[in-house]
Amino acid sequence: MSDFTSNFWPIFITTISLLGIFGCALLLWLTSKVKVTSANGDNTSGHVWDGDIREMNNPLPRWWVWLFIITIVFSLFYLAAYPGLGSYAGKLGWTEVNQYEKEMATANKTLAPLYAKFAAMPVETLAANPEANAIGERLFMNNCAQCHGSDARGSRGFPNLTDHDWLHGGSPEKIQETITGGRIGMMPPMAAAVGNEDDVKNVANYVLSLSGSKHDSARAALGKEKFAICAACHGADGKGNTDIGSPNLTDNIWLHGSGEIAIIKRINEGKTNQMPAQGTKFTPEQIHVLAAYVWGLSNRPKMAAVK
Amino acid sequence: MDFANSKALNYNDGVIRQFSIMAVVWGVVGMLVGVIIAAQLVWPELNLGLPWTSFGRLRPLHTNAVIFAFGGCTLFATSYYVVQRTCQVRLFCDKLATFTFWGWQLVIVAAVISLPLGYTQAKEYAELEWPIDILIAIVWVSYAIVFFGTIGMRKVKHIYVANWFFGAFILTVALLHIVNSAAMPASFMKSYSAYAGVQDAMVQWWYGHNAVGFFLTAGFLGIMYYFVPKQAGRPVYSYSLSIVHFWALIFTYMWAGPHHLHYTALPDWTQSLGMAFSLILLAPSWGGMINGMMTLSGAWHKLRTDPILRFMIVSLSFYGMSTFEGPMMAIKTVNSLSHYTDWTIGHVHSGALGWVGLVSMGALYYMVPRLFGQKQMHSMKAIELHFWLATVGIVLYISSLWISGVMEGLMWRAINTDGTLTYTFVESVKAKHPYYIIRLLGGTLYLSGMVIMLWNVLKTATSGKPALASIPLVAAHA
Repeated sequence: MSDFTSNFWPIFITTISLLGIFGCALLLWLTSKVKVTSANGDNTSGHVWDGDIREMNNPLPRWWVWLFIITIVFSLFYLAAYPGLGSYAGKLGWTEVNQYEKEMATANKTLAPLYAKFAAMPVETLAANPEANAIGERLFMNNCAQCHGSDARGSRGFPNLTDHDWLHGGSPEKIQETITGGRIGMMPPMAAAVGNEDDVKNVANYVLSLSGSKHDSARAALGKEKFAICAACHGADGKGNTDIGSPNLTDNIWLHGSGEIAIIKRINEGKTNQMPAQGTKFTPEQIHVLAAYVWGLSNRPKMAAVK
Repeated sequence: MDFANSKALNYNDGVIRQFSIMAVVWGVVGMLVGVIIAAQLVWPELNLGLPWTSFGRLRPLHTNAVIFAFGGCTLFATSYYVVQRTCQVRLFCDKLATFTFWGWQLVIVAAVISLPLGYTQAKEYAELEWPIDILIAIVWVSYAIVFFGTIGMRKVKHIYVANWFFGAFILTVALLHIVNSAAMPASFMKSYSAYAGVQDAMVQWWYGHNAVGFFLTAGFLGIMYYFVPKQAGRPVYSYSLSIVHFWALIFTYMWAGPHHLHYTALPDWTQSLGMAFSLILLAPSWGGMINGMMTLSGAWHKLRTDPILRFMIVSLSFYGMSTFEGPMMAIKTVNSLSHYTDWTIGHVHSGALGWVGLVSMGALYYMVPRLFGQKQMHSMKAIELHFWLATVGIVLYISSLWISGVMEGLMWRAINTDGTLTYTFVESVKAKHPYYIIRLLGGTLYLSGMVIMLWNVLKTATSGKPALASIPLVAAHA
């Protein structure tokens, strides 16, 4: 826990801090002792600058002196109670980390019964529970909406959570797994494996043909054979594989942009996309409630059935 | 070096005229950029979708322009004016003084170009890249030579209190700038800080807080100590108060930086020390306010007729208010609510618009007619109007940000019984919208006052001509 590289520094800090504070007090005391007598008898110091600037010998205002003393005394008590003087921990034993831990422990204790109730319910039931749904929505809005949007429809690079297209699977278990551990989607640059620039363009047109998007059918026919390389991950039918997070190419949903140019770019450059792990931010019970909310986003009709 | 200056018969006011005019010009520019970014917060479309006009690049342009261009030129002008007159000697080395003017303008132009282009060291109030930082250091050292050289040649035995503050400001800003800007250049206009991680953060806020403490406080207290007694025609209230609050202020400010890093990776002991010294800073800060305000004893009636004096006294009120607010916000419990909210922006502007802005305007209104051989400013009515526009603008600005800051702080920490946050971040942004409109209105009023000042200053300058101020013979000391 030591903030110091040697025993010298805490002593140094303590010494100059206390000397500083007592120095302020001493300065105050000495100055208030000084009785200045005015040579001219007009209560000024007798010095004149620029023709007419003079200084009066008025004493320090009493209330101001007391204000100064109060802040000095308060600071000495404060530094006795809290860490401040080098490595001295302070009488109260406060640290910002233990303040945080205490607050979190108290909060988790009061919340435990509420979440215990939800933990016992399966996600499908939970998704239909208005109380759980409201909590799930608030968790989503404060932690997920930054990327996936307030309406959960995502944007380029950030998946839409309201449709049935799941990169890593849309089952309650898979959603929980995604939230807890995060996901890394990685497609390597494939241009070299596919062939020359023309081959890449042909494959891109074949990929477009899979979803019935606008494409050049002559090129698509030529690209079909080369697609075998892509099929390793995306499958021979191009429907992708949720086990390895490879997208379905046949559903006309394009996370990183649609059209020939965007697809050629992906084949040439590949893409690494990441959702950070949320496991340390939440308790497992909170993740359970959140997963139910996310699952419910694309399973509204089924939810109605459960009701 | 031009030691003949010690025998010169006239003050060097040419460089002061240059700095004074440019202070007003840069004031208009910097505040205009401030109004533009305030409008961007209300209507984000005003970012125009261009990198050069985006909030993230214009905001540092605004802060640099108002602090270092407007505030800086004002400090150069007033300190050169004050040091000559209170030492009764011409500035040390005219050529070096001229260099500080052109060098400083070059720094400002470099900032105006490089910040919108996206060149930044990413340190708040120290964004400028290393080649500009080197130029700043050279100009600043020249400034120190001119200022302290003049003090060294003085014909008056005692050094006036305004010069203590100017001197502390010049020395400390040199130290702060050089230490915080230490960096390893990677290429032209790209460098990496000499410090890493939390040390870098601590050095930055040691700099950042003392930029407030010395650039925006000590320097402007120097202005206050000359122009308030001059305009009021009254002696400074208390010499002993000057001594205590000067030494306590310059010592204590140095420690207060960590309150910018409460509840962060900064070690606990550093945070506590920063908080304790921030509280001790209250009385030394108020010492300056008391000394300025009480200088008016016996002359309060002048406030009714003299708008320039009113600028100065209202400025001191805002100084007192923001130096009370500052220590309060440095308390950890308060800081956990106020940090990262608009309250901070409101606090900064009550100091910047209220204290720094108004005292600068008061001092410039005092100096400009004298520099151009006029009895008074071209239009006293315009000064009156400027005063009210500025005051109403400040009140609208800071009260709207108090409300929006406390509101968003409370929204961020509101928690439901199920442990979730009551409001999403975007809801707190939406809730601030009306207050951003009021803030924009306040800023616009303040800017319009500044535009009137520019007109008034130019009218005064063009209807007069550069005045030659002769150095009076030094009276024997009583």
